[in-house]
Amino acid sequence: MATASAPKPPAFDLAAALKEAGLTAFVMLALAAGIVAFHIVDVPGGLAIETRFGTAIAVAALGFFGRLGVILLRTARPLPVLVVALAAAAVWIAALLAESLFGPDWAARLQMTLPFDDVVVNWIVALTALGFALRALWMLRNAGASAEEIVDRDAAMDSVAARVARSSRYIGPVLLVAAVVFPLLIFMPETAWLPSVDRRLLDIGILVVTYIMLGWGLNIVVGLAGLLDLGYVAFYAVGAYSYALLATHFNLGFWICLPFAGMMAAMAGMLLGFPVLRLRGDYLAIVTLGFGEMIRVVLLNWYKFTNGPDGISGIPRPTFFGLPFSRTADDGGETFYSFFGLPYSPTDRVIFLYYVILALALLTNLFTLRIRKLPVGRAWEALREDEIACRSLGINPRNTKLTAFSIGAMFAGFAGSFFATRQGFISPESFTFIESAVILAIVVLGGFGSQIGIVLAAILLIGLPEFFRELQQYRMLAFGAAMVLIMLWRPRGLLAFREPTIRLHHGVSPPAQTVAAARPDEVA
Amino acid sequence: MLAISGVHTHYGNIEALSGVDVEIRSGEIVTLIGANGAGKSTLLMTICGNPRASRGRIIFEGQDITRLPTHQIVGLGIAQAPEGRRIFARMSVMENLQMGATTTKPEYFDHDLDRVFALFPILKERRGQRAGTLSGGEQQMLSIARALMSRPRLLLLDEPSLGLAPLVVKQIFRVVKEINERERVTVFLVEQNAFHALRLAHRAYVMVTGRISMSGTGRELLSNPEVRLAYLEGGG
Repeated sequence: MATASAPKPPAFDLAAALKEAGLTAFVMLALAAGIVAFHIVDVPGGLAIETRFGTAIAVAALGFFGRLGVILLRTARPLPVLVVALAAAAVWIAALLAESLFGPDWAARLQMTLPFDDVVVNWIVALTALGFALRALWMLRNAGASAEEIVDRDAAMDSVAARVARSSRYIGPVLLVAAVVFPLLIFMPETAWLPSVDRRLLDIGILVVTYIMLGWGLNIVVGLAGLLDLGYVAFYAVGAYSYALLATHFNLGFWICLPFAGMMAAMAGMLLGFPVLRLRGDYLAIVTLGFGEMIRVVLLNWYKFTNGPDGISGIPRPTFFGLPFSRTADDGGETFYSFFGLPYSPTDRVIFLYYVILALALLTNLFTLRIRKLPVGRAWEALREDEIACRSLGINPRNTKLTAFSIGAMFAGFAGSFFATRQGFISPESFTFIESAVILAIVVLGGFGSQIGIVLAAILLIGLPEFFRELQQYRMLAFGAAMVLIMLWRPRGLLAFREPTIRLHHGVSPPAQTVAAARPDEVA
Repeated sequence: MLAISGVHTHYGNIEALSGVDVEIRSGEIVTLIGANGAGKSTLLMTICGNPRASRGRIIFEGQDITRLPTHQIVGLGIAQAPEGRRIFARMSVMENLQMGATTTKPEYFDHDLDRVFALFPILKERRGQRAGTLSGGEQQMLSIARALMSRPRLLLLDEPSLGLAPLVVKQIFRVVKEINERERVTVFLVEQNAFHALRLAHRAYVMVTGRISMSGTGRELLSNPEVRLAYLEGGG
């Protein structure tokens, strides 16, 4: 907010700033002491500990100066930050590029200034310094503008979210069309890359859509009904094992087993939900976490039934109305290719799998959109808002929660049997707590209850880490950084808003002043 | 219509109600006044079965409802506009009203909606708006309207005047009277605003520390010196 008379920058308290920066450095040193300073290396004849105290001290020093920079920017003193950060960035980037720019002599000298051994980490540090410099430059250019407040930023992002909400009726179909043509596009001869790349892209696509479906399923439980479920993966596992066991023992096909798997998962949801749904909030979360682990441990130890840690292999692939996607049918019957007179191509099966999971995910989405308008869906949302009020309106909270819990579980069951048929092999290892956590993270980052937010979050959390597998160990670093940034910038999720389920078509709009006063998401 | 006899209610070891007898006849407005913490709200909540009465009986239209779960009691024709309104803040006005109609047949909805919009025209204007953005008075109206959507024969109101401007309080009480006279809904009103409540009521009870200390017609209690001292003039 630039005004004619520039507001005076906030007072600068050197002692307090040094104290704050020192504290940061201390915390970073404490963290680095454990994580960085001692490094276990393989040496002939066993393991040895290598110490890297210099690196740990560099971490603390960088933390100290970074924090100082943040404080200076916060108190509207960009000039020193600009000078120091620019100098540091220039030196480091020069050092990183020295080999090719100045030849080996200079390179050796310049590289002394680099804080770390690892090239990638050095690049991250250099680019962070550059980021500081740019931020300072930006502040200098907009002199007089106070540093933007978190509240302003939040409001700005909210209005973006609201705009997305309003345009979601267009974004939805666009995304849908993109999802439908995606496999065709990457396999078209004109647009195709290498076959291996295409295949990998498609696999990532399948994975992302699976998680979108799981996110939408969990959204029914967490986003709509407000029941924090940390054991969602249990129902995923029940669905996967239901299909795997039915298929391997009774020779049943995917499409026959799919409803059964869903039903089994829904029943598991009901069984688990019955005793725990009187709990609320943290307690419910802990108990569901426990139940999730219990299912996994049962799968692991009930060897006779589930084959324990060895898992179940040879799970049949889905067929196209009874026509298998294979070169030759086992029983001498028709295959997909012989029936349609097509040449055999192994990628067709993967494309088919992609469309199966896309259809299942869309089913979940349509179901959610529809049920939100029905009394039971509205009751879920009301229950999340105020349980006591719900009870005084004649809603049976236990039954209502149970339906949400078991319907959410049912979709996890569908996704689980898809997972089983795609992998062809399942074991309890695939159903650990981290899966529940990732699915929950997708729902939370997407913004509770937002269908499109979940799509974005799934692409961000599942798609990008898969896509950037080349980054190797920095993949998880990027993942963590993305999470931190989202929580800093959008603590209520990427697209946190709730659309009313009723649209008023009769041209009734609330008076202008109430629109202005209202939050962006409450205007129909 | 509703007979409460010898009801005791406990919160843990603390006895909040110790033998309350209240009788509400069909078509009446009955008011319960009393100081903070006297147990007024507890009595209303006990009628709804949350918390349950530990002793005594509550009979609604000949049926013992003392042990019924809350949602079934509401299905019988008792609706409550709870203390602190408890509207669904993130849902729209319309959705709140739909929630109120949970226990009724869907075909009544449009008719009932017209009815409550006639009582509270402002809600019609605001129907697409998020309920949390309504003013306090509008939220209270929404709370009452939501309760009415379940077509109750008995309406329980818990301090509808709480935290509202005097003008709005007047308006709310006028509508309560209208609900009673025109819609023939029996009203049981718990209030701290004794003056307005007593003027409105056909009959009234005074509650002191979990017991009914006095009862009579609204007019009688209004002119009763003890009541005047304790609830009308003392507080100013």
